[in-house]
Amino acid sequence: MPHAPFIIASFAVTGVGITWLVLSSYLSMRRTEASADELRQQQ
Amino acid sequence: MHRFANPARFLRIAKPLTPWLLWLGIALTLGACLWGVFFTPTERLMGDTVKIIFVHVPAAWLGMGGWTGIAIASIVQLVWRHPLAGVSARAIAVPGATFAAICLITGSIWGRPTWGTWWVWDGRLTSMLVLFFLYLGYIALSNASSEKGDTSRVAAVFGIIGAVNIPIINRSVIWWESQHQKASITLGGSSIDQAYLVPLFVSVAGFSLLFGALVLMRMRTALAEMRIEARMRRMADY
Repeated sequence: MPHAPFIIASFAVTGVGITWLVLSSYLSMRRTEASADELRQQQ
Repeated sequence: MHRFANPARFLRIAKPLTPWLLWLGIALTLGACLWGVFFTPTERLMGDTVKIIFVHVPAAWLGMGGWTGIAIASIVQLVWRHPLAGVSARAIAVPGATFAAICLITGSIWGRPTWGTWWVWDGRLTSMLVLFFLYLGYIALSNASSEKGDTSRVAAVFGIIGAVNIPIINRSVIWWESQHQKASITLGGSSIDQAYLVPLFVSVAGFSLLFGALVLMRMRTALAEMRIEARMRRMADY
């Protein structure tokens, strides 16, 4: 049984999972902090 | 520790710390994975599939470490009413669940060529699956209670009770007959060869820094949401 597909699949799952998590957390943080700052400046 | 209970003081530290943790975490993780895949030898019994260790083990440790963090933060939240403790526990939940899921999936992929099966219902695998479901339960509970606007004491109690599963995962390979190998790394030493052990520790360090950055980002998001909510409420009062 060739091992390469199993290794590639493991690293791909990890890469996709972590990338999604980092991007979604980062974008959500930027958006929410910008909204909070905007609201403070409006007042 | 109470010095950091003030959200403004926390943000003064968290804002410059987040990019450092993030970029250092990405660099170490990528470096360790490349080192592990391309520059470690083929193992005698497992062949090249041993390279899956560089993502599977950090994911397992952080999945378990994440819940330990939730339990500690929940105790601090309930006992000392630390204002950031509940926020930090909720911020750990999604990254913890993701790492537990990565551990389960990569473990299953690793199991197929080494054990001849994708899954067995033995103590280690089942207790890790239970941890993943505990995370889902915790996320649902904390989302439901934050929608109602309370500080999610039910989720905190759930976080503490769920911690019972952590020593069960740890001891499962000793208590029950398991397909999964016994612990290779203990406080007393390691049975893993240095050729794998060094990049494994670099990988664990990298993933841990990434985990820290994720928790800080999610805490900052939660604090900004609270600021928005407080201002909206004040505006509505006028």
